[in-house]
Amino acid sequence: MAHIELKGITKNFGDHTALQNMNLDIADGEFFVLLGQTGAGKTTTLRLIAGLEKPTAGQIFIDGRDVASWGAAERDVALVLQQYSLYPRYTVRENLEFPLKSPIRRVEPAEIKERVDRVARTLRIEHLLDRKTDRLSGGEMQRVSIGRAIVRKPRVFLMDEPLSALDAKLREALRTELKNLQMNLGATFLFVTHDQIEAMSMGDKIGVLNNGNLVQTGTPHEIYNNPVNTFVAGSVGSPPMNLIDGTIAGGEAVSDDGYRLPFANGHAIVTDGRPLTFGIRPEDLQLESGGAGKATVHDVENHGVAKIVTLRTGEKFIRATVPAQAVLRIEEKVRFSWNPEKVVLFDSRTGVSLRHAS
Amino acid sequence: MAAVQTRSERALNRVAITAVLVITLIFLAPIYWITSTAFKPRNLATTIPPTVLFQPEISPFVKLFTKRSQLRTAPTPEEYSAAPWWERMVFDGGEKIVRSGRGEVQPSGYPSRFMNSLIVAITSTVLAVGMGTFTAYGFSRFKVKGEADLLFFILSTRMLPPVVVAIPMFLMYRAVGLNDTHWGLIILYTAFNLSFSVWLMKGFIDEIPKEYEEAALVDGYTRMQAFFKIVIPEAATGIAATAVFCFITAWNEYAFALIMTNRRAQTAPPFIPSQVGSGLPDWTVIAAGTFLFLLPVAIFTFLLRNHLLRGMSFGAIRK
Repeated sequence: MAHIELKGITKNFGDHTALQNMNLDIADGEFFVLLGQTGAGKTTTLRLIAGLEKPTAGQIFIDGRDVASWGAAERDVALVLQQYSLYPRYTVRENLEFPLKSPIRRVEPAEIKERVDRVARTLRIEHLLDRKTDRLSGGEMQRVSIGRAIVRKPRVFLMDEPLSALDAKLREALRTELKNLQMNLGATFLFVTHDQIEAMSMGDKIGVLNNGNLVQTGTPHEIYNNPVNTFVAGSVGSPPMNLIDGTIAGGEAVSDDGYRLPFANGHAIVTDGRPLTFGIRPEDLQLESGGAGKATVHDVENHGVAKIVTLRTGEKFIRATVPAQAVLRIEEKVRFSWNPEKVVLFDSRTGVSLRHAS
Repeated sequence: MAAVQTRSERALNRVAITAVLVITLIFLAPIYWITSTAFKPRNLATTIPPTVLFQPEISPFVKLFTKRSQLRTAPTPEEYSAAPWWERMVFDGGEKIVRSGRGEVQPSGYPSRFMNSLIVAITSTVLAVGMGTFTAYGFSRFKVKGEADLLFFILSTRMLPPVVVAIPMFLMYRAVGLNDTHWGLIILYTAFNLSFSVWLMKGFIDEIPKEYEEAALVDGYTRMQAFFKIVIPEAATGIAATAVFCFITAWNEYAFALIMTNRRAQTAPPFIPSQVGSGLPDWTVIAAGTFLFLLPVAIFTFLLRNHLLRGMSFGAIRK
């Protein structure tokens, strides 16, 4: 188990900058999730830590030791990939044995067998041990590749979207399994995903990557309630945070679409007249007859536990979560209000949250 | 598509099957011709139209493996009855097997030429495929400066008919003493095949996801161990296809073998036609030599057939 630290990591591929001056600290035993779109630099970060790529600048520390000169084998990390993660032509057992049979590890045959059997039991793949990997289903494959990682007892688990290729139900089941596994092992996990639900539900901490920049790190709670900028606000939550352009005038938020909502400027920041973006989560918007905002129902999505309503206000759309029993017709005129305490203010030009900027 | 076929599809299928049959027959005809000639009595070998039904004989093979001289007069009945069965076959053809002073049958040059062919073809195939695989792996997995130019350069060795360099090669080989040696031919054939081997193998190795090796690297193996444990088994299909190709090229090569060798290292291709010259051409002996000459390629290809089938579908491997 280990503590991982990245200091000022930059990685260029030719003219393309994949990672820009990244600083990252993953505590021992932490489940850290890197969240970002394709091309944001998530996989590059993993590969740098695994030793499959060398950083253009910066240092990587594992347990306080600079690992720049260490090869992939010496770093003792385990890597689970989205696909191609199992050795073809080998049986499940051979795949699980493979890391233990490495010449640098020298594990006794009896111990190999014992460890493989224990892992197979943990992951419930005992009945698959003698099967060739091309005769496994997607979920079984990912179980085996997770097994190949844990059989080694590595210092760190690096997981590159291990669940993305699976269907929804299986993904959910494995998500729970993986989280339980991590807690039982007490291991350090660095988990990469583009799926914010995965990030929110599994991570002790989340790092949000955008275009090679680590935008924000924090607990899921911090990321969700206090996004550092509109990018984070828009990438976490389903549906994401509503972003409403407007200004503050006389203790009220005035949207560019004309409606006014109560807003007490508790930030002691001069905001009058300055172009702002109000961030409000759908669940903090209420439909109520006395609300200050006017809108038209554009669309209703039933999610079982709740309904998500898309409201049209002039040119713009905002979304609100309403109780499942609410009856709404398309094109119905409604009034809404918000919970002013939950509003996050962003500077319209830079997109940076005013709470973080000050 | 479902198992249900429309009438037009079935008709199309029938046309396709007929076409395949016709093409197969056309391709097999010369092989049948040479094989049947190898088992014919001499007088039937050159009949027009070719005889299809005949009593097969092995006299062509007896002649192929022995040295003989032409008889001026027919053998006497005593001579004939004293001779073993295989000598009688030769008598019928108007020839007599040559014996040395101690009465031993003089073997022909064919077995040693055949052996030379095997040595040269196998060694050069192993070398070309081995070096080609390593080179292709390097080009496939690492950033090589000027990769495109280097690959083009490797391929450019194929852009000239090889015979163009025959005379300079001959002079160079004579100067360094490689004429009429196994190594001379091996180096030559390896050089011919290497460019093709690199290009073919690069195609195959590019198809293997590099994630496999990276997983092995992370699992505690060196690059070299990962190469042998993961890449080589995955590339087996490509290696087999490339090996068959290189083997056939080296096995069939005629022009350079004719120029560069004459005795010690001579391979079968220049030897077989040289038998035409002694006495009247005996086509059955040539056919017998050719028939045996075809066998190694057929066996080699047969052994690797499973790999080849997948290798031919190039790029459609797995996925």
